[in-house]
Parts: sequence; structure tokens; C-alpha cells
Amino acid sequence: MLEVKNLHSGVEGVEILKGVDLTVKPGEVHAIMGPNGSGKSTFAQVLAGHPAYEVTGGSVTFEGKDLVEMDADERARAGIFLAFQYPVAIRGITNAYFLQSALNAVRKDQGLEELDTLDFAELLEKKLEMIGWDDSLIHRAVNDGFSGGEKKRNEILQLAVLEPKLAILDETDSGLDIDAVKEVAAAVNRFRSEDRAFIVVTHYERILNYFTPDHVHVLAGGKVVMSGDMKLALELEAKGYDWIAGEAAAVAG
Amino acid sequence: MTRAGDPKSATERYVAAFESFAGNGASGAPGWLKTKRESAISRFAETGFPHSRLEAWRFTDVKPIAGEHFVLAAKPEVSAAIRQAADAQLLGGAERHAAVFLNGHFVPELSSLEGLPQGVKLGSLRAALESDAKLVEEHLTRYARDERNPLTALSTAFISDGGFAYIPDDVVLERPLQLLFLADPASGSNPMWHPRTLIVAGRGAGGSLVESYVALGDGTYWTNAVTEVVLGEHAKIDTYRVQRESVQAYHTATTESYQARGSVFKLVNFTFGAELSRQDINAVLDGEGADCTLDGLSMLEGRQHTDHHTTLEHAQPHCTSWEYFNGVFDDRARGVFTGRIIVRPGAQQTDSKQTNNNLLLSERARADSQPQLEIYADDVKCTHGATLGPIDDEHLFYLQSRGLSRQEARHLLTYGFGSEILEAVKLDRLKEQLDGMVRDRLSG
Repeated sequence: MLEVKNLHSGVEGVEILKGVDLTVKPGEVHAIMGPNGSGKSTFAQVLAGHPAYEVTGGSVTFEGKDLVEMDADERARAGIFLAFQYPVAIRGITNAYFLQSALNAVRKDQGLEELDTLDFAELLEKKLEMIGWDDSLIHRAVNDGFSGGEKKRNEILQLAVLEPKLAILDETDSGLDIDAVKEVAAAVNRFRSEDRAFIVVTHYERILNYFTPDHVHVLAGGKVVMSGDMKLALELEAKGYDWIAGEAAAVAG
Repeated sequence: MTRAGDPKSATERYVAAFESFAGNGASGAPGWLKTKRESAISRFAETGFPHSRLEAWRFTDVKPIAGEHFVLAAKPEVSAAIRQAADAQLLGGAERHAAVFLNGHFVPELSSLEGLPQGVKLGSLRAALESDAKLVEEHLTRYARDERNPLTALSTAFISDGGFAYIPDDVVLERPLQLLFLADPASGSNPMWHPRTLIVAGRGAGGSLVESYVALGDGTYWTNAVTEVVLGEHAKIDTYRVQRESVQAYHTATTESYQARGSVFKLVNFTFGAELSRQDINAVLDGEGADCTLDGLSMLEGRQHTDHHTTLEHAQPHCTSWEYFNGVFDDRARGVFTGRIIVRPGAQQTDSKQTNNNLLLSERARADSQPQLEIYADDVKCTHGATLGPIDDEHLFYLQSRGLSRQEARHLLTYGFGSEILEAVKLDRLKEQLDGMVRDRLSG
């Protein structure tokens, strides 16, 4: 599904990703862990097509298409979704209106009929029911005045509505207490399926206890320096990231 | 005073126009009004048009207005097209309450004044000078003061017609009172009008008013409008003001509100039209516990210029005021916002919040925003904030990452600026109309 080969990318001439390799198949959950400044959030943003990051080397293909050549909106319509670490507030636009506009942009692209307000309200109600949340967020302006937890929940609600093929969760657990982490993980679990893949970018392993990955990768110094399964995440939890530096140096050397 | 190269200065032209105005069409006015007009034109003769050396006019040059030879408009014929246009603009059907004006003249055949609730009055100021002489004399020109703005003085000098609305004590309106000022630029060369409107709400009165200035076609003309709104104790009034003049026209205006104890006033102000517009909004909270909200949206394009010069005056303690103005400027359009808050000595426990956000959709668009806080009491809460700039790249990325094209994302973000103010409109049909105006601007 996603094929990342020797990806180099940076911002304003500073290289942050220095040769990332990753292969994601449908149905898989990959965790990308790493210390602060390792490039994991950059990796998430680059996959989603943030225009500030320039791809200077390597390739990224998604279902055979060259992602590097696609704008953020084209990637989204192709089925890639990024749950932001810091979602921005859009004043004056209700969540419902925003979600309807976004879903219709995707549907239009797929040659499907656009949903009117009533049909969309029905769909939204079903999604909320599915993840067990009330509709308190949907008539408020997008992320405007939302608490940290509300913003993260709102990202997951968007995921639920847009039903991407590949969802990238960028530190969705950061700033949340353990109950909120569980709640968000439970919601995301509902959308796990054999043809949808996830990349979970996180500093800590705790969210992975509720959303178990098939593969765990450690990103350090802009490269994947180690890959394994959940055991690796637990090891990182126990030992921290310091020992990785030595391993990374060994890889680089 | 005559400037070099100008055979007759603009000021002299207006003084001469006043003399012929006072000499014929306006001769039926009561003595007190004649006196007010005389002193107003004397004041204008002294000051002349405002100029950019005055602090309050620093960003807005009215030379283009002074330079044109405007003449007082005659009353035009009411064609079937005008009839249709008026009907399309007004809210509601046969049961509506509306006073309609054409080039400054009241037009009874376009108005709907039947079935007003007991004691409620709506119509022309000219008629009210006779029918409600006492009330009009008590209030007219008392709040919008000539010395504060030369164009208000000019308005007072040329008082002849405009809107009049009165809601008696404890009467709460079900339907809005509508004042529609239509401009038919085709009816003459360089016409001008000075519509003067007085709105009086008694103690405990409530309701909403819609005051619209709408062009029926493109052309050069000048509207110089002054509206005074008086709220008695515990009155609760919402006013929606919509300016949709021709983009070749000039619109200058003063909207003045005066509030007694415990009254609640809300103005939601929309500016879409005119090549050059300047609106002074002055709100005086002169009774304890009064609450005032000023919301505004300007959406301009091309070479349009607008200047909103707002003053919130807290004269008594325990008053609250909320000001929220958004501006969206495209092409070479320019917006000026001044938010003056005055807290008089003794006006303790004042709570005032002011926000002005400006979105610049092109590199050549421009916005100037200046808060002016003058606080003479020590136990007050006054906050203000302003933003200006283009659409934020992070906002665009966020929306694009959800599948919206760059263009769709820009439209949605721009729409949000308008929609924030539309939310304050509680009349559904008006909200729909304005929503359509906002969406029209997005396609540009």
C-alpha cells in the first residue's frame, strides 16, 4: 500500500529525514517511535504533503502512485489521512459544515453523489453512535476553543467520517490523560479493518497497549534505526531512548 | 475661503446649495429645525470637509466627494422595475412593516405601514415632524452631534426626510421594522441625499430593525446618512444595517446610539458596497447596567475603501460592551477600523471587549486597525485585539489534508470570516440574503 524508500526531506535547506524506509501493507498497524527531534512528526507531515517540507531524495508511493508529486488534497482524496498533533482552529465554520465539505470533496473525486445536509447529518449520527460519542462538538466552530482532548477526539471523528485507506496518527496520545488515551484508542480500534492501515507516531508506548501495532519502528536522527514488534515498544518504555543512540551510531557507521 | 485654482470651493458650493434648499423645498419645517439647520450649515462653513490632517480622518480622504458637484436629488419616478426591486429586497410578505425611500425621498406606494402594533410608528421623518412633533424635537440631532463630524453637520443642515420609528413603552415587536433606502443613480447626474433617521424605543420596548442602503444600478451618487437610536430604560433593540451602495458611489454615515439604564442594544453592521465609505458608529452607554454589542463585517474588492470609526462611550458604571468587526479585503481594497473605547470617570465595573480581524486576500489589499482606549476609571476591564494578514498556510494545509482543493479551502476560510458575523443575525430571511452576498464575494 505504502512504499517509502530512502526518503530524504527537510525544511528551508535543513535535512530532517535522512533516508527513511518503510513498507505498509493493507490492514497493518505500524508504530513509529522515537525521541524528540528524531523526525517522526516531520515524517507524518511529509506523508500528508505539508508544502513546507521539500522531498530531496528517495521515493514515496501509495497504491502505485507517486505521492511526492501530489498536493495534500490529492493525497487526502487518494485515501491518506493525518490526525494532527496540533489541529488548527477554523473560526466561523462549524464542524458539521466542515466535515460535510470535506466528505463531499472526496465523494466528488470518486464520482459519487455529494451528500446534502440532511443525508450528511444522518451519516454523522451513525458515526458518532459507532464510536459512542455525543454530538457536542459538531455544531461548534472547528477546534475553536476546544480543549486539548476535544481537539484529539475531533481528529478521530474526522477519520471516522472520511474513512481513509491509510490513517497517520501524529502523537494523538500527547497531552491526554490515560482515560482519554483509552477512549481515543477504543474509537480508532473500531475502524481497524483488513484493508485499512495505520501509522501511529508516538513518543510513548502507552497508546500502543490499547491499539496494538503489528510493527514497531524506531526513528532516530532521521532514519529508521530499529524495527520489531510490540516487544520493542515495551523495551523502549523500560529503557528509554538513550541506548538507541549507540545502536544508531552503529547503523550509521 | 477659496483655494487656488478652484473658482468656488466645495464648502462654498454646499453653503450656496443650502441657501436655495432653505429658501424653497424645506420652508415648511418648524422653527426649531430651521434654527438647527442654520447653525449646522454655519458650522460646516467653518470646518469644511474633513481632511486627512485630522486624526480621525487620517486614513480616509474625502476629496473625491468634495471634488464632485453633487446636487440634491429630485424625487424620481417609481417604475415597475423599482417596485419589483424594492419587493425583492424587503423581508417578509404582505404582513411586513417597511418604510421605503428612493434617492432620499419617502415613497408611500413602496412602503407597508398598515397593521403596525398599537402605538408603534414607522414612516418618514418629514411626516413625523408634524405628526410626532414633540417626540422628534426632543430627540432629533441631540445625540449625533454636529461638532463631532462635519458631515453630520452637513446632514443636519439638509434635514428634510428619512426614517422614523417609534416603539412605545413595554411594546415588544413580533416582526422587524424595515427602513430601505434605495438608490437609483440613473435618475439624474451626480445626485446626493442626506437621509436622517430617528429611532426611539421606550422603556421596556423591544424589537428589531433593518436599515438597508441598496443601489438599483451603478453610478456616481452620494449618500450621507445619519441615524440616531435612543433606548429607554430596559429597552432591548437589535439593529441590522446593510450597506450595498453602487461601487461607484460614496457613502458617509453616522450611526449613533444612546442607551438608558439596563437597556440592551445590538448593531450588526454589513458593508459590501460603495467605492468610498466612511461610517462613524458612536454608542453611548449612559445608564447603569446597559449592554451594547457592535458586530460588523466588511467585504470589499476592486478599489473599494471603507473606514469604520467606532466609539464606545461608557458614561455610567456596570455597563458592558462587545465589539467584533471582521474585514475581508481583496484586490486593491482597503479597510480602516478604529475602535475607540472611552470610560468616563466613575464608570466603574466597565467590561469591554473589542476584536478586529482582517483578512487580506491579495498582496495589494490593505487594512489598518487602531484601538484607542481612554480610561478614566480604575476598576474596569477593557481588552482589545486585532489581526491582519493573508490566509494562514497552516489553515490551508489542514483543510487540504481533508480533501478540499486549495481553492475550496480558501473559500471556506474566507467564508468563515463572514459566517462568524452572520451568526449574529437572528432574522432567518435576512441571514439568507446576507449569506448569499458573502458567497457571491467568494467566487471573485
